[in-house]
Amino acid sequence: MEKDYIILGIETSCDETAAAIVKNGKEILANVVSSQIKKHAQFGGVVPEIASRQHTEQITYVLEEAFRQANCTWDDIDAIAVTEGPGLIGALLVGISAAKALAFAKKKPLINVHHIAGHIYANRLIEEFEFPLLALIVSGGHTELIIMRDHGEYERIGETLDDAAGEAFDKVARTLELPYPGGPHIDRLSEKAEASIDFPRAWLDEESFDFSFSGLKSAVINYVHNEKQRGNEIDKAQVAASFQASVVDVLTEKTYRAAKRYDVKQVIVAGGVAANNGLRKRITEKFKNTDIPVYFPPLELCTDNAAMIAAAGSILYEKGRFAAWDLNGKAALPLT
Amino acid sequence: MNILALDTSNETLAVAIQKDGKLAAEKMTNIKKDHSSRLMPAVVGLMEDAALEPEHLDKIIVGRGPGSYTGVRIGVTTAKAMAWALDIPIVPVSSLRALAYNGRYFDGYIWTFFNARRNAMFTALFQFENGKLVDVIGEQYAVLDDWFAALKDLPEKAILCISPHIDLFKETIELELKNRTLFASDANRFLRPGNLLMEGAEQQEVPVHFVKPHYLRMTEAEANLLKGKEQ
Ligand SMILES: [Zn+2]
Repeated sequence: MEKDYIILGIETSCDETAAAIVKNGKEILANVVSSQIKKHAQFGGVVPEIASRQHTEQITYVLEEAFRQANCTWDDIDAIAVTEGPGLIGALLVGISAAKALAFAKKKPLINVHHIAGHIYANRLIEEFEFPLLALIVSGGHTELIIMRDHGEYERIGETLDDAAGEAFDKVARTLELPYPGGPHIDRLSEKAEASIDFPRAWLDEESFDFSFSGLKSAVINYVHNEKQRGNEIDKAQVAASFQASVVDVLTEKTYRAAKRYDVKQVIVAGGVAANNGLRKRITEKFKNTDIPVYFPPLELCTDNAAMIAAAGSILYEKGRFAAWDLNGKAALPLT
Repeated sequence: MNILALDTSNETLAVAIQKDGKLAAEKMTNIKKDHSSRLMPAVVGLMEDAALEPEHLDKIIVGRGPGSYTGVRIGVTTAKAMAWALDIPIVPVSSLRALAYNGRYFDGYIWTFFNARRNAMFTALFQFENGKLVDVIGEQYAVLDDWFAALKDLPEKAILCISPHIDLFKETIELELKNRTLFASDANRFLRPGNLLMEGAEQQEVPVHFVKPHYLRMTEAEANLLKGKEQ
Protein backbone atom coordinates (compact mmCIF):
# COMPACT_ATOMS: atom_id res chain seq x y z
CA MET A 1 0.00 0.00 0.00
CA GLU A 2 1.36 3.38 -1.00
CA LYS A 3 -0.91 5.53 1.09
CA ASP A 4 -0.62 5.71 4.85
CA TYR A 5 -3.54 4.25 6.73
CA ILE A 6 -4.53 4.18 10.38
CA ILE A 7 -6.46 1.45 12.15
CA LEU A 8 -8.29 1.52 15.46
CA GLY A 9 -8.01 -1.84 17.23
CA ILE A 10 -10.25 -3.19 19.99
CA GLU A 11 -9.56 -6.26 22.13
CA THR A 12 -11.77 -7.67 24.92
CA SER A 13 -11.33 -11.45 24.63
CA CYS A 14 -10.33 -12.06 28.24
CA ASP A 15 -9.61 -9.72 31.13
CA GLU A 16 -7.98 -6.73 29.44
CA THR A 17 -10.12 -3.96 27.96
CA ALA A 18 -7.92 -2.54 25.24
CA ALA A 19 -7.97 -0.01 22.41
CA ALA A 20 -5.08 1.04 20.20
CA ILE A 21 -4.34 3.12 17.14
CA VAL A 22 -1.76 1.81 14.69
CA LYS A 23 -0.36 3.31 11.49
CA ASN A 24 0.40 1.12 8.46
CA GLY A 25 0.28 -2.00 10.62
CA LYS A 26 3.66 -1.20 12.14
CA GLU A 27 3.68 2.02 14.07
CA ILE A 28 1.88 2.34 17.40
CA LEU A 29 0.24 5.74 17.87
CA ALA A 30 -1.61 4.68 21.01
CA ASN A 31 -1.86 1.48 23.01
CA VAL A 32 -4.25 1.59 25.95
CA VAL A 33 -4.92 -1.41 28.18
CA SER A 34 -7.19 -1.39 31.20
CA SER A 35 -6.21 -4.50 33.11
CA GLN A 36 -8.65 -6.25 35.43
CA ILE A 37 -6.02 -8.45 37.08
CA LYS A 38 -6.61 -6.96 40.52
CA LYS A 39 -10.34 -7.45 40.20
CA HIS A 40 -9.93 -11.15 39.40
CA ALA A 41 -7.04 -11.85 41.79
CA GLN A 42 -9.39 -12.24 44.77
CA PHE A 43 -11.09 -15.11 42.93
CA GLY A 44 -7.83 -16.83 41.98
CA GLY A 45 -8.58 -16.60 38.26
CA VAL A 46 -10.59 -14.78 35.63
CA VAL A 47 -14.34 -14.79 36.33
CA PRO A 48 -15.96 -14.47 32.89
CA GLU A 49 -19.09 -12.59 34.03
CA ILE A 50 -17.02 -10.06 35.96
CA ALA A 51 -14.69 -9.61 32.97
CA SER A 52 -17.66 -8.88 30.71
CA ARG A 53 -19.14 -6.41 33.17
CA GLN A 54 -15.83 -4.58 33.46
CA HIS A 55 -15.42 -4.37 29.69
CA THR A 56 -18.80 -2.67 29.32
CA GLU A 57 -17.88 -0.10 31.96
CA GLN A 58 -14.37 0.55 30.65
CA ILE A 59 -14.77 0.48 26.89
CA THR A 60 -15.49 4.15 26.16
CA TYR A 61 -12.82 5.35 28.61
CA VAL A 62 -10.24 3.20 26.91
CA LEU A 63 -11.30 4.38 23.45
CA GLU A 64 -11.19 8.01 24.49
CA GLU A 65 -7.73 7.59 25.99
CA ALA A 66 -6.47 5.95 22.78
CA PHE A 67 -7.60 8.92 20.68
CA ARG A 68 -6.05 11.30 23.19
CA GLN A 69 -2.69 9.50 23.23
CA ALA A 70 -2.57 9.23 19.44
CA ASN A 71 -3.71 12.82 19.07
CA CYS A 72 -6.10 11.56 16.39
CA THR A 73 -9.62 12.42 15.32
CA TRP A 74 -12.12 10.17 13.57
CA ASP A 75 -11.08 11.70 10.25
CA ASP A 76 -7.68 10.01 10.66
CA ILE A 77 -9.12 6.53 11.17
CA ASP A 78 -9.44 4.30 8.09
CA ALA A 79 -10.88 1.14 9.64
CA ILE A 80 -11.79 -0.57 12.90
CA ALA A 81 -10.34 -3.98 13.77
CA VAL A 82 -11.76 -6.11 16.57
CA THR A 83 -11.03 -9.53 18.06
CA GLU A 84 -13.62 -12.01 16.79
CA GLY A 85 -12.28 -14.97 18.82
CA PRO A 86 -11.18 -17.21 20.36
CA GLY A 87 -11.86 -16.08 23.90
CA LEU A 88 -14.56 -15.73 26.54
CA ILE A 89 -17.74 -15.28 24.55
CA GLY A 90 -19.38 -12.69 26.83
CA ALA A 91 -16.17 -10.68 26.90
CA LEU A 92 -15.68 -10.84 23.13
CA LEU A 93 -19.22 -9.60 22.53
CA VAL A 94 -18.51 -6.31 24.31
CA GLY A 95 -15.64 -5.44 21.98
CA ILE A 96 -17.56 -6.60 18.93
CA SER A 97 -20.70 -4.65 19.85
CA ALA A 98 -18.62 -1.53 20.39
CA ALA A 99 -16.64 -1.98 17.17
CA LYS A 100 -19.79 -2.45 15.09
CA ALA A 101 -21.45 0.59 16.65
CA LEU A 102 -18.38 2.74 15.97
CA ALA A 103 -18.02 1.45 12.42
CA PHE A 104 -21.66 2.26 11.72
CA ALA A 105 -21.64 5.66 13.42
CA LYS A 106 -18.43 6.78 11.74
CA LYS A 107 -18.86 4.91 8.43
CA LYS A 108 -15.63 2.96 8.69
CA PRO A 109 -14.95 -0.55 7.43
CA LEU A 110 -15.02 -3.25 10.11
CA ILE A 111 -12.33 -5.94 10.31
CA ASN A 112 -12.60 -9.18 12.28
CA VAL A 113 -9.29 -10.43 13.68
CA HIS A 114 -8.21 -13.78 15.12
CA HIS A 115 -6.72 -13.32 18.58
CA ILE A 116 -3.71 -15.56 17.86
CA ALA A 117 -2.99 -13.73 14.60
CA GLY A 118 -2.92 -10.66 16.82
CA HIS A 119 -0.31 -12.20 19.14
CA ILE A 120 1.89 -13.02 16.14
CA TYR A 121 1.50 -9.57 14.60
CA ALA A 122 2.45 -7.93 17.90
CA ASN A 123 5.98 -8.61 16.74
CA ARG A 124 5.56 -6.74 13.48
CA LEU A 125 5.22 -3.58 15.57
CA ILE A 126 8.90 -4.14 16.41
CA GLU A 127 10.42 -6.02 13.51
CA GLU A 128 9.30 -6.60 9.90
CA PHE A 129 8.40 -10.21 9.07
CA GLU A 130 10.51 -12.47 6.88
CA PHE A 131 8.89 -15.59 5.50
CA PRO A 132 8.69 -18.39 6.15
CA LEU A 133 8.48 -17.66 9.83
CA LEU A 134 7.70 -19.83 12.81
CA ALA A 135 5.62 -18.50 15.67
CA LEU A 136 5.40 -20.10 19.10
CA ILE A 137 2.28 -18.81 20.87
CA VAL A 138 2.26 -19.51 24.59
CA SER A 139 -0.37 -18.09 26.91
CA GLY A 140 -2.97 -19.06 29.47
CA GLY A 141 -5.23 -20.27 26.70
CA HIS A 142 -2.85 -21.36 23.96
CA THR A 143 0.27 -23.31 23.16
CA GLU A 144 0.71 -23.46 19.39
CA LEU A 145 3.35 -23.60 16.71
CA ILE A 146 2.40 -21.80 13.53
CA ILE A 147 4.18 -21.50 10.20
CA MET A 148 3.56 -18.41 8.07
CA ARG A 149 4.63 -18.33 4.45
CA ASP A 150 3.08 -14.94 3.72
CA HIS A 151 1.10 -12.20 5.46
CA GLY A 152 -2.23 -13.44 6.73
CA GLU A 153 -1.47 -17.09 5.93
CA TYR A 154 -1.25 -19.40 8.91
CA GLU A 155 -0.55 -23.10 9.10
CA ARG A 156 -0.76 -24.64 12.56
CA ILE A 157 1.76 -27.44 12.88
CA GLY A 158 1.40 -28.08 16.59
CA GLU A 159 -0.94 -27.40 19.49
CA THR A 160 -1.49 -28.55 23.04
CA LEU A 161 -3.51 -31.71 23.43
CA ASP A 162 -4.63 -30.77 26.93
CA ASP A 163 -3.59 -27.81 29.11
CA ALA A 164 -2.05 -24.66 27.70
CA ALA A 165 1.41 -23.86 29.08
CA GLY A 166 0.10 -20.80 30.92
CA GLU A 167 -2.69 -22.86 32.45
CA ALA A 168 -0.12 -25.32 33.84
CA PHE A 169 1.80 -22.37 35.30
CA ASP A 170 -1.36 -21.11 37.01
CA LYS A 171 -2.27 -24.51 38.44
CA VAL A 172 1.21 -25.24 39.73
CA ALA A 173 1.34 -21.75 41.25
CA ARG A 174 -1.92 -22.46 43.05
CA THR A 175 -0.51 -25.76 44.34
CA LEU A 176 2.49 -23.85 45.68
CA GLU A 177 0.11 -21.29 47.18
CA LEU A 178 1.58 -18.43 45.16
CA PRO A 179 -0.58 -15.37 44.44
CA TYR A 180 -2.56 -15.02 41.20
CA PRO A 181 -1.44 -14.67 38.44
CA GLY A 182 1.14 -17.33 39.22
CA GLY A 183 3.33 -17.34 36.13
CA PRO A 184 5.58 -14.41 37.07
CA HIS A 185 6.01 -15.80 40.61
CA ILE A 186 7.16 -19.17 39.33
CA ASP A 187 9.54 -17.44 36.95
CA ARG A 188 11.03 -15.36 39.77
CA LEU A 189 11.31 -18.30 42.20
CA SER A 190 12.96 -20.39 39.49
CA GLU A 191 15.95 -18.11 39.48
CA LYS A 192 16.63 -18.93 43.13
CA ALA A 193 17.06 -22.70 42.79
CA GLU A 194 18.37 -25.54 40.65
CA ALA A 195 15.95 -27.66 38.65
CA SER A 196 16.86 -30.74 40.63
CA ILE A 197 13.55 -32.59 40.73
CA ASP A 198 13.07 -34.80 37.71
CA PHE A 199 9.58 -33.95 36.44
CA PRO A 200 8.38 -35.59 33.19
CA ARG A 201 8.74 -34.01 29.76
CA ALA A 202 6.07 -34.96 27.26
CA TRP A 203 7.80 -35.22 23.91
CA LEU A 204 4.92 -37.24 22.45
CA ASP A 205 5.80 -38.63 19.04
CA GLU A 206 9.35 -38.00 17.81
CA GLU A 207 7.93 -36.14 14.80
CA SER A 208 5.12 -34.39 16.63
CA PHE A 209 5.00 -30.67 17.24
CA ASP A 210 2.08 -31.06 19.62
CA PHE A 211 2.35 -30.41 23.34
CA SER A 212 0.93 -31.91 26.51
CA PHE A 213 1.30 -30.39 29.96
CA SER A 214 -1.34 -32.17 32.03
CA GLY A 215 1.00 -35.06 32.93
CA LEU A 216 3.62 -32.62 34.15
CA LYS A 217 1.04 -30.66 36.09
CA SER A 218 -0.19 -33.83 37.83
CA ALA A 219 3.37 -34.90 38.60
CA VAL A 220 4.06 -31.58 40.32
CA ILE A 221 0.81 -31.69 42.28
CA ASN A 222 1.53 -35.31 43.35
CA TYR A 223 5.06 -34.44 44.37
CA VAL A 224 3.90 -31.57 46.56
CA HIS A 225 1.13 -33.70 48.03
CA ASN A 226 3.47 -36.61 48.83
CA GLU A 227 6.10 -34.41 50.41
CA LYS A 228 3.46 -32.81 52.60
CA GLN A 229 2.18 -36.24 53.66
CA ARG A 230 5.69 -37.23 54.66
CA GLY A 231 5.87 -34.06 56.69
CA ASN A 232 8.68 -32.65 54.57
CA GLU A 233 9.08 -28.92 54.12
CA ILE A 234 8.57 -27.99 50.47
CA ASP A 235 11.23 -25.96 48.78
CA LYS A 236 8.97 -23.87 46.59
CA ALA A 237 11.84 -22.44 44.58
CA GLN A 238 13.13 -25.90 43.79
CA VAL A 239 9.70 -27.13 42.68
CA ALA A 240 9.12 -23.99 40.62
CA ALA A 241 12.52 -24.23 38.95
CA SER A 242 12.09 -27.93 38.16
CA PHE A 243 8.59 -27.43 36.79
CA GLN A 244 9.59 -24.43 34.69
CA ALA A 245 12.64 -26.27 33.34
CA SER A 246 10.39 -29.07 32.12
CA VAL A 247 8.02 -26.68 30.32
CA VAL A 248 10.83 -24.60 28.88
CA ASP A 249 12.75 -27.69 27.68
CA VAL A 250 9.81 -28.97 25.67
CA LEU A 251 8.85 -25.57 24.27
CA THR A 252 12.43 -24.79 23.27
CA GLU A 253 13.22 -28.18 21.78
CA LYS A 254 10.04 -28.39 19.70
CA THR A 255 10.41 -24.85 18.48
CA TYR A 256 14.00 -25.59 17.46
CA ARG A 257 13.06 -28.77 15.61
CA ALA A 258 10.22 -27.01 13.82
CA ALA A 259 12.44 -24.11 12.81
CA LYS A 260 14.92 -26.55 11.26
CA ARG A 261 12.32 -28.75 9.61
CA TYR A 262 10.54 -25.82 7.93
CA ASP A 263 13.75 -23.95 7.23
CA VAL A 264 12.36 -20.69 8.58
CA LYS A 265 13.95 -17.26 8.38
CA GLN A 266 12.54 -16.00 11.67
CA VAL A 267 11.18 -17.27 14.96
CA ILE A 268 8.65 -15.28 16.95
CA VAL A 269 7.64 -16.13 20.51
CA ALA A 270 4.44 -14.43 21.62
CA GLY A 271 1.61 -14.61 24.16
CA GLY A 272 1.64 -14.00 27.90
CA VAL A 273 4.15 -16.78 28.68
CA ALA A 274 6.61 -15.19 26.22
CA ALA A 275 7.24 -12.77 29.09
CA ASN A 276 8.83 -15.67 31.04
CA ASN A 277 12.53 -15.01 31.56
CA GLY A 278 13.47 -18.65 31.74
CA LEU A 279 11.86 -19.28 28.36
CA ARG A 280 13.47 -16.21 26.82
CA LYS A 281 16.92 -17.27 27.98
CA ARG A 282 16.63 -20.88 26.90
CA ILE A 283 15.28 -20.15 23.43
CA THR A 284 17.79 -17.38 22.82
CA GLU A 285 20.58 -19.74 23.91
CA LYS A 286 19.34 -22.56 21.70
CA PHE A 287 19.25 -20.44 18.55
CA LYS A 288 22.46 -18.57 19.30
CA ASN A 289 24.58 -20.62 16.96
CA THR A 290 22.07 -20.66 14.12
CA ASP A 291 21.40 -17.93 11.57
CA ILE A 292 17.73 -17.82 12.57
CA PRO A 293 16.88 -14.68 14.54
CA VAL A 294 14.44 -15.10 17.44
CA TYR A 295 12.14 -12.26 18.46
CA PHE A 296 10.17 -11.74 21.64
CA PRO A 297 7.77 -8.81 21.61
CA PRO A 298 8.37 -6.39 24.50
CA LEU A 299 6.41 -7.29 27.63
CA GLU A 300 3.53 -4.88 27.08
CA LEU A 301 2.95 -6.41 23.64
CA CYS A 302 3.21 -10.02 24.87
CA THR A 303 0.12 -9.81 27.02
CA ASP A 304 -3.26 -9.07 25.47
CA ASN A 305 -3.47 -5.65 23.85
CA ALA A 306 -5.26 -3.98 20.96
CA ALA A 307 -2.20 -2.78 19.04
CA MET A 308 -1.61 -6.38 18.00
CA ILE A 309 -5.23 -6.62 16.81
CA ALA A 310 -4.86 -3.45 14.75
CA ALA A 311 -1.55 -4.77 13.36
CA ALA A 312 -3.06 -8.11 12.31
CA GLY A 313 -6.13 -6.28 11.00
CA SER A 314 -3.89 -4.17 8.77
CA ILE A 315 -3.19 -7.18 6.57
CA LEU A 316 -6.92 -7.77 6.09
CA TYR A 317 -7.40 -4.06 5.43
CA GLU A 318 -4.82 -4.17 2.65
CA LYS A 319 -6.59 -7.18 1.16
CA GLY A 320 -9.97 -5.47 1.48
CA ARG A 321 -11.37 -8.25 3.66
CA PHE A 322 -14.06 -6.64 5.78
CA ALA A 323 -16.71 -7.96 8.16
CA ALA A 324 -20.49 -7.65 7.78
CA TRP A 325 -22.89 -6.17 10.35
CA ASP A 326 -23.82 -9.62 11.58
CA LEU A 327 -20.29 -10.28 12.88
CA ASN A 328 -20.54 -12.42 16.01
CA GLY A 329 -18.08 -13.46 18.72
CA LYS A 330 -16.66 -16.97 18.57
CA ALA A 331 -15.37 -18.70 21.70
CA ALA A 332 -13.55 -21.21 19.50
CA LEU A 333 -12.21 -20.11 16.13
CA PRO A 334 -9.64 -21.86 13.94
CA LEU A 335 -6.78 -19.73 12.64
CA THR A 336 -6.94 -19.84 8.85
CA MET B 1 -35.32 15.62 17.05
CA ASN B 2 -33.99 12.31 15.68
CA ILE B 3 -33.62 9.48 18.17
CA LEU B 4 -32.46 5.89 17.99
CA ALA B 5 -33.83 3.64 20.76
CA LEU B 6 -32.89 0.03 21.36
CA ASP B 7 -33.25 -2.76 23.89
CA THR B 8 -31.83 -6.30 23.83
CA SER B 9 -32.22 -7.16 27.50
CA ASN B 10 -34.40 -10.18 26.93
CA GLU B 11 -35.39 -12.40 23.98
CA THR B 12 -37.19 -9.42 22.51
CA LEU B 13 -35.11 -7.36 20.13
CA ALA B 14 -36.54 -3.84 20.03
CA VAL B 15 -35.35 -0.95 17.87
CA ALA B 16 -37.25 2.28 17.24
CA ILE B 17 -36.44 5.46 15.38
CA GLN B 18 -37.97 8.83 15.95
CA LYS B 19 -37.53 11.25 13.08
CA ASP B 20 -38.36 14.93 13.33
CA GLY B 21 -40.13 14.27 16.62
CA LYS B 22 -42.34 11.45 15.33
CA LEU B 23 -42.11 7.67 15.53
CA ALA B 24 -40.77 6.73 12.09
CA ALA B 25 -39.80 3.07 12.29
CA GLU B 26 -39.93 0.13 14.65
CA LYS B 27 -38.55 -3.38 14.60
CA MET B 28 -39.47 -6.02 17.14
CA THR B 29 -38.67 -9.71 17.04
CA ASN B 30 -39.40 -12.25 19.69
CA ILE B 31 -37.40 -15.24 18.56
CA LYS B 32 -34.65 -17.05 20.38
CA LYS B 33 -31.74 -15.92 18.23
CA ASP B 34 -28.65 -14.11 19.36
CA HIS B 35 -28.79 -10.34 19.57
CA SER B 36 -25.13 -9.98 18.76
CA SER B 37 -25.48 -10.85 15.08
CA ARG B 38 -28.94 -9.29 14.68
CA LEU B 39 -28.87 -5.93 16.45
CA MET B 40 -26.68 -3.96 14.04
CA PRO B 41 -28.40 -5.26 10.88
CA ALA B 42 -31.70 -4.21 12.48
CA VAL B 43 -30.37 -0.73 13.31
CA VAL B 44 -28.81 -0.27 9.87
CA GLY B 45 -32.00 -1.44 8.13
CA LEU B 46 -34.30 0.83 10.12
CA MET B 47 -32.03 3.84 9.68
CA GLU B 48 -32.19 3.23 5.93
CA ASP B 49 -35.96 2.90 6.06
CA ALA B 50 -36.18 6.19 7.92
CA ALA B 51 -33.69 7.79 5.49
CA LEU B 52 -31.47 8.85 8.38
CA GLU B 53 -27.69 8.95 8.50
CA PRO B 54 -25.97 8.28 11.84
CA GLU B 55 -24.80 11.91 12.00
CA HIS B 56 -28.46 13.00 11.89
CA LEU B 57 -29.11 11.41 15.29
CA ASP B 58 -29.59 13.75 18.25
CA LYS B 59 -29.98 11.20 21.02
CA ILE B 60 -29.79 7.52 21.85
CA ILE B 61 -32.10 5.74 24.27
CA VAL B 62 -31.14 2.32 25.55
CA GLY B 63 -32.79 -0.30 27.72
CA ARG B 64 -30.32 -0.93 30.54
CA GLY B 65 -32.02 -4.11 31.75
CA PRO B 66 -32.66 -6.00 33.85
CA GLY B 67 -32.64 -9.24 31.89
CA SER B 68 -30.06 -11.54 30.35
CA TYR B 69 -26.63 -10.24 31.35
CA THR B 70 -25.14 -10.84 27.92
CA GLY B 71 -28.20 -9.43 26.17
CA VAL B 72 -28.18 -6.24 28.23
CA ARG B 73 -24.48 -5.75 27.55
CA ILE B 74 -24.91 -6.04 23.80
CA GLY B 75 -27.53 -3.28 23.78
CA VAL B 76 -25.82 -1.03 26.30
CA THR B 77 -22.36 -1.37 24.74
CA THR B 78 -23.72 -0.70 21.26
CA ALA B 79 -25.59 2.39 22.45
CA LYS B 80 -22.65 3.67 24.50
CA ALA B 81 -20.15 3.31 21.69
CA MET B 82 -22.49 4.98 19.23
CA ALA B 83 -23.35 7.88 21.53
CA TRP B 84 -19.69 8.39 22.36
CA ALA B 85 -18.58 8.35 18.71
CA LEU B 86 -21.37 10.69 17.61
CA ASP B 87 -20.96 12.82 20.73
CA ILE B 88 -24.69 12.88 21.43
CA PRO B 89 -26.64 12.34 24.67
CA ILE B 90 -27.46 8.83 25.84
CA VAL B 91 -30.47 8.13 28.01
CA PRO B 92 -30.59 4.75 29.75
CA VAL B 93 -34.05 3.51 30.69
CA SER B 94 -35.32 0.62 32.77
CA SER B 95 -36.49 -2.20 30.53
CA LEU B 96 -39.18 -3.01 33.12
CA ARG B 97 -40.51 0.56 33.03
CA ALA B 98 -40.41 0.66 29.24
CA LEU B 99 -42.41 -2.57 29.09
CA ALA B 100 -45.02 -1.10 31.45
CA TYR B 101 -46.12 1.36 28.74
CA ASN B 102 -47.91 -1.57 27.10
CA GLY B 103 -50.49 -1.04 29.88
CA ARG B 104 -50.74 2.68 29.44
CA TYR B 105 -54.54 3.01 29.66
CA PHE B 106 -55.03 0.48 32.42
CA ASP B 107 -56.54 1.85 35.62
CA GLY B 108 -54.82 -0.18 38.32
CA TYR B 109 -51.39 -1.64 39.02
CA ILE B 110 -49.13 -2.58 36.17
CA TRP B 111 -46.80 -5.41 36.99
CA THR B 112 -43.88 -6.21 34.68
CA PHE B 113 -41.30 -8.92 35.15
CA PHE B 114 -38.60 -10.95 33.43
CA ASN B 115 -37.65 -14.49 34.38
CA ALA B 116 -34.52 -14.54 36.57
CA ARG B 117 -34.42 -18.35 36.92
CA ARG B 118 -34.46 -20.35 40.18
CA ASN B 119 -38.02 -19.33 40.94
CA ALA B 120 -37.12 -15.65 40.92
CA MET B 121 -37.82 -12.65 38.73
CA PHE B 122 -36.62 -9.20 37.89
CA THR B 123 -39.72 -7.23 38.57
CA ALA B 124 -41.44 -3.96 39.48
CA LEU B 125 -44.94 -2.56 40.04
CA PHE B 126 -46.24 0.69 38.56
CA GLN B 127 -49.34 2.73 37.96
CA PHE B 128 -50.17 5.62 35.67
CA GLU B 129 -51.02 8.84 37.46
CA ASN B 130 -52.08 11.75 35.26
CA GLY B 131 -50.47 10.07 32.28
CA LYS B 132 -47.13 9.53 34.05
CA LEU B 133 -45.72 6.15 34.91
CA VAL B 134 -45.07 6.01 38.65
CA ASP B 135 -43.17 3.34 40.61
CA VAL B 136 -45.27 1.60 43.25
CA ILE B 137 -42.58 -0.98 44.01
CA GLY B 138 -39.20 -0.20 42.45
CA GLU B 139 -37.40 -2.66 40.20
CA GLN B 140 -35.77 -5.53 42.02
CA TYR B 141 -34.66 -9.12 41.96
CA ALA B 142 -37.23 -11.07 43.95
CA VAL B 143 -38.01 -14.68 44.68
CA LEU B 144 -41.63 -15.39 43.87
CA ASP B 145 -42.91 -15.88 47.42
CA ASP B 146 -41.47 -12.58 48.65
CA TRP B 147 -42.93 -10.75 45.70
CA PHE B 148 -46.41 -12.17 46.18
CA ALA B 149 -46.26 -11.25 49.86
CA ALA B 150 -45.38 -7.65 48.92
CA LEU B 151 -48.29 -7.46 46.46
CA LYS B 152 -50.75 -8.78 49.04
CA ASP B 153 -49.82 -5.93 51.39
CA LEU B 154 -50.99 -3.32 48.88
CA PRO B 155 -54.50 -1.86 48.60
CA GLU B 156 -56.78 -4.20 46.63
CA LYS B 157 -56.59 -2.91 43.08
CA ALA B 158 -56.64 -4.86 39.84
CA ILE B 159 -53.22 -5.86 38.54
CA LEU B 160 -52.30 -6.05 34.87
CA CYS B 161 -49.47 -8.50 34.42
CA ILE B 162 -47.17 -7.81 31.46
CA SER B 163 -44.22 -10.06 30.73
CA PRO B 164 -42.76 -12.08 27.88
CA HIS B 165 -42.48 -14.86 30.49
CA ILE B 166 -46.08 -14.98 31.74
CA ASP B 167 -46.54 -18.60 30.71
CA LEU B 168 -43.72 -19.73 32.99
CA PHE B 169 -45.49 -18.49 36.12
CA LYS B 170 -49.14 -18.23 35.08
CA GLU B 171 -50.47 -21.05 37.25
CA THR B 172 -48.64 -19.83 40.34
CA ILE B 173 -49.82 -16.27 39.76
CA GLU B 174 -53.46 -17.35 39.37
CA LEU B 175 -53.16 -19.39 42.54
CA GLU B 176 -51.55 -16.62 44.57
CA LEU B 177 -53.43 -13.57 43.35
CA LYS B 178 -56.78 -15.21 42.49
CA ASN B 179 -59.04 -12.87 40.51
CA ARG B 180 -57.01 -9.72 40.99
CA THR B 181 -54.76 -10.30 38.01
CA LEU B 182 -55.33 -9.69 34.33
CA PHE B 183 -52.81 -11.00 31.85
CA ALA B 184 -51.71 -8.95 28.87
CA SER B 185 -52.71 -10.40 25.51
CA ASP B 186 -49.98 -12.14 23.52
CA ALA B 187 -49.13 -9.10 21.40
CA ASN B 188 -48.78 -6.94 24.50
CA ARG B 189 -46.39 -9.11 26.46
CA PHE B 190 -43.30 -7.92 24.62
CA LEU B 191 -41.53 -4.62 24.74
CA ARG B 192 -42.98 -2.41 21.99
CA PRO B 193 -39.97 -0.51 20.63
CA GLY B 194 -41.81 2.81 20.62
CA ASN B 195 -42.21 2.53 24.41
CA LEU B 196 -38.50 3.23 24.73
CA LEU B 197 -39.07 6.65 23.17
CA MET B 198 -41.86 7.44 25.65
CA GLU B 199 -39.85 6.36 28.68
CA GLY B 200 -36.71 8.01 27.30
CA ALA B 201 -38.54 11.34 27.18
CA GLU B 202 -39.14 11.01 30.94
CA GLN B 203 -35.56 10.17 31.91
CA GLN B 204 -32.34 12.12 32.17
CA GLU B 205 -29.24 11.93 30.06
CA VAL B 206 -26.28 10.17 31.75
CA PRO B 207 -22.61 10.93 30.90
CA VAL B 208 -21.65 8.19 28.46
CA HIS B 209 -18.78 6.72 30.50
CA PHE B 210 -21.12 6.15 33.45
CA VAL B 211 -23.77 4.28 31.51
CA LYS B 212 -23.90 0.66 32.56
CA PRO B 213 -26.36 -2.20 32.73
CA HIS B 214 -28.60 -2.60 35.75
CA TYR B 215 -28.12 -6.29 36.42
CA LEU B 216 -29.88 -6.08 39.81
CA ARG B 217 -27.68 -8.99 40.92
CA MET B 218 -24.03 -9.32 41.75
CA THR B 219 -22.16 -12.15 40.05
CA GLU B 220 -22.17 -15.57 41.69
CA ALA B 221 -18.43 -15.34 42.29
CA GLU B 222 -18.88 -12.08 44.21
CA ALA B 223 -21.84 -13.44 46.16
CA ASN B 224 -19.83 -16.50 47.18
CA LEU B 225 -16.88 -14.36 48.20
CA LEU B 226 -19.16 -12.23 50.36
CA LYS B 227 -20.68 -15.34 51.94
CA GLY B 228 -17.19 -16.65 52.69
CA LYS B 229 -16.24 -13.40 54.39
CA GLU B 230 -19.36 -13.38 56.55
CA GLN B 231 -18.66 -16.86 57.87
ZN1 LIG C 1 -3.99 -13.64 24.34
